[in-house]
Amino acid sequence: MISDELVNLSRLQFAVTALYHFLFVPLTLGMVWILVVMESVYVMTGKTIYKDMTRFWGKLFGINFALGVTTGITMEFQFGTNWAYYSHYVGDVFGAPLAIEGLMAFFLESTFIGLFFFAWDRLSKPKHLMVTLLMAIGTNLSAMWILIANGWMQNPVGAEFNYTTMRMELTDFSAMLFNPDAQAKFVHTVSAGYVTASTFVLAISAWYLLKGRNVEFAKRSFRIAAAFGLASALSVIVLGDESGYTVGEAQQTKMAAIEAMWETEPAPAPFNLVAIPNEKLQKNDWSIQVPWLMGLIGTRSVSKQIPGIHEIKEKNRLRVLSGIEAVKALEIVRNHPENSSAKQLFEEHKKDLGFGLLLKQYTNDFNHVTPEQIDKAVNSTVPKVAPMFWGFRIMVFIGFMLLSLFAISFWASLKTRCEKMPWLLKWAFLMFPMPWIACEFGWFVAEYGRQPWTIYGVLPTHLSVSTLSPTSLYGSIGGFVGFYTLLLIVEVYLMVKFARQGPASLGTGRYEGEAELTHARA
Amino acid sequence: MDYATLKIIWWLLVGVLLVGFAIMDGHDMGVGTLLPFVGKNDNERRVVINTVGPHWDGNQVWFITGGGAIFAAWPIVYATAFSGFYWAMLAVLWALFFRPVGFDYRSKINNATWRSTWDWGLFVGGAVPPLIFGVAFGNLLQGVPFGFDENLVSTYSGSFWQLLNPFALLTGVVSSAMITFHGGVYLSHRTEGVIQDRAIKASTIAAVVMMAAFTVAGVWLANNINGYVITSHIDPDQLANPLAKTVIREKGAWLANYHVMPWTMSLPVLGYAGALVALIALRLKKTLTAFVFSSLTIVGVIGTAGISMFPFIMPSSTMLSSSLTVWDSVSSKTTLGIMLVAAIIFVPTIVFYTSWAYRVMAGKVTLQFIKDHDHSAY
Repeated sequence: MISDELVNLSRLQFAVTALYHFLFVPLTLGMVWILVVMESVYVMTGKTIYKDMTRFWGKLFGINFALGVTTGITMEFQFGTNWAYYSHYVGDVFGAPLAIEGLMAFFLESTFIGLFFFAWDRLSKPKHLMVTLLMAIGTNLSAMWILIANGWMQNPVGAEFNYTTMRMELTDFSAMLFNPDAQAKFVHTVSAGYVTASTFVLAISAWYLLKGRNVEFAKRSFRIAAAFGLASALSVIVLGDESGYTVGEAQQTKMAAIEAMWETEPAPAPFNLVAIPNEKLQKNDWSIQVPWLMGLIGTRSVSKQIPGIHEIKEKNRLRVLSGIEAVKALEIVRNHPENSSAKQLFEEHKKDLGFGLLLKQYTNDFNHVTPEQIDKAVNSTVPKVAPMFWGFRIMVFIGFMLLSLFAISFWASLKTRCEKMPWLLKWAFLMFPMPWIACEFGWFVAEYGRQPWTIYGVLPTHLSVSTLSPTSLYGSIGGFVGFYTLLLIVEVYLMVKFARQGPASLGTGRYEGEAELTHARA
Repeated sequence: MDYATLKIIWWLLVGVLLVGFAIMDGHDMGVGTLLPFVGKNDNERRVVINTVGPHWDGNQVWFITGGGAIFAAWPIVYATAFSGFYWAMLAVLWALFFRPVGFDYRSKINNATWRSTWDWGLFVGGAVPPLIFGVAFGNLLQGVPFGFDENLVSTYSGSFWQLLNPFALLTGVVSSAMITFHGGVYLSHRTEGVIQDRAIKASTIAAVVMMAAFTVAGVWLANNINGYVITSHIDPDQLANPLAKTVIREKGAWLANYHVMPWTMSLPVLGYAGALVALIALRLKKTLTAFVFSSLTIVGVIGTAGISMFPFIMPSSTMLSSSLTVWDSVSSKTTLGIMLVAAIIFVPTIVFYTSWAYRVMAGKVTLQFIKDHDHSAY
């Protein structure tokens, strides 16, 4: 049997490297569009200041992008290095969107980013804008394919288990493409990226305005960030992930945990604004409820019920029992493909095979499964409530704070008096880290909330790992943490250095602070 | 199209992507390997770096897409190779870490220690991956110690140090020298004067080393390394499960394909011929021609390794029937079909816009260019 230590270490390594990767991704996703907007204004008006804005913010974008690329390769390697059984079991389905991402999107983004930086004086203005636009499209298409892959992990549609090849196989590609879960995720995730980039530009511009440096440059940047940020923050919240929570069982389970909803409430269900969930007694010790709200958000209706944790577990118990039959029948079918009664039995229970596999964490003897083992398996099908409940609330709270920041900033920049509102500028500057915190919590809720599965209802996490020694994992985790810490220090150092220099770092001779820089260099 | 044909097409397509990776990302890596040696001072090194500056990122995607294509088309190969070669893969990965940051961060700070540290980072990022890929091929040719249980869970029973056996190190030299040669040819095309002279000299030496090592490896393979043969009946149309066959090891089995299909001898021949023509072209300063021929060398050398093993992809030395082959390691027919359509649409598109990007940036990178673009160049 696979040791818990190995599983936990593999999960830790994936979590660390994925969360680290997502420090850089959202900024990239949004910055590309801000660059497109700035450069479009340049092409339309011919004002050099917009070219300088594109180039300066592009410089900061480049510093961030380098680490996005670096840490992205890790993600692709890691499915193979650390999640070998996962890769075999679902590669037929999951591998396709990853490969297409490379072919359709990542090539586009990476080829044109080179021209974005180096072809300013080799391309006409419209052609360079086209390059920037293609880079932006590539970046966002890339996110789309990754989220189609991730959406499939949450709601595995269009695939079926094949006992000859012992893996899931694709049966309906368009079902995977148009998986409602993937669509909701794509819109939500890229919008979160746009919010992140808007906050980045807004906060740094606010800092220039506070210092009274390069005011014209900063004011224009501030305005673009405020407008783009407002639209994106609305999109994150309104078209938020919540719409996806009605789809599929994984999301229902997540929603029950996120809302600390132990019992199925009569529709429309109340919303737990704040609560203290008690995992042991499976209830909330204390809570403040808003009547009706949960039902309205979760189902967009007043009559549909949302299943509570206890109801979900009872349903899952039946699936675990059926899954045991599936595992036993599979054993027979694999060795005797001609045994038609076993084959029929397997077909009947096939959809619950994953729930049967959950038991492999506790036993290999499927003919003598004890009631305790079944209880354990059933209880494992719902993630711990408190981390989900609070993780989600932190993300949402930040979302609303950012929405109000952008709304006020947009209003202020329309009146073109943002530079005279130091409280707003200070607030904008202090909000700098917030979108990153929200993004990380968002991913935590999405992925921790899918446990105990890597593919919901299909493949348990503990079966997905590579058969490595824990020693190897300690070594590689150490290596990643060491490398990543070092790279983060270098990145932040450069980012701060160039953000402080501001547009003077372009060396155009048009901005304040350049004389000091040239002096220092000489 | 039937399943068997799709299986063959995907063997060829993975080959195309690997060769594409070696030609495109390979010339960046060769440039990275040569960087500390052909650039003697900061400005010379900036010239060298900026020959690949606008392109390395796009080129690296050949590698990422190659990985993705193996994941999608040969999932069990991806799973078994990446987890089995755990430390080798991490070494490649960590070496690659130095490239994006090395290129982008190096010239952002004007400090000699900072810059030379990143130069060596770019050297590691350029030199380590081709070496390890060569070593990996050497191990594939000998067979790798792994096996599957009945659920197809793979277990690797070797160690990292075992990968570094003499034959594999030799194929590592073939790969390193080939990529260095190719990078040097590219560098000679994009530079002038003293840097160009050094690049030509370096790639000449690398080409000679490559041809010598390739010859020794070939003789070694023919005489001392047992190949693998499938002994049970194989239905090329069958569903993919690697455990449904029997395999034996046999002396000279890796030469069998050359007897059955004599035209495949053209691959090793191309490996030599490409290098020789490229060397002559370099002499004549026909650098673009030299680049075309060093690319053909890569086709020849990688093709030789592939065709020697066909239909094997990753033979197992400890549990022979677990060996992974073109027939039983592939994805379902549906997935292969969809991926083929994607490849037919996008690979030509990629080639089209990549060549446009090279045309836009064409011309020699000079010391004057670096001086003029002090703020924006790498």
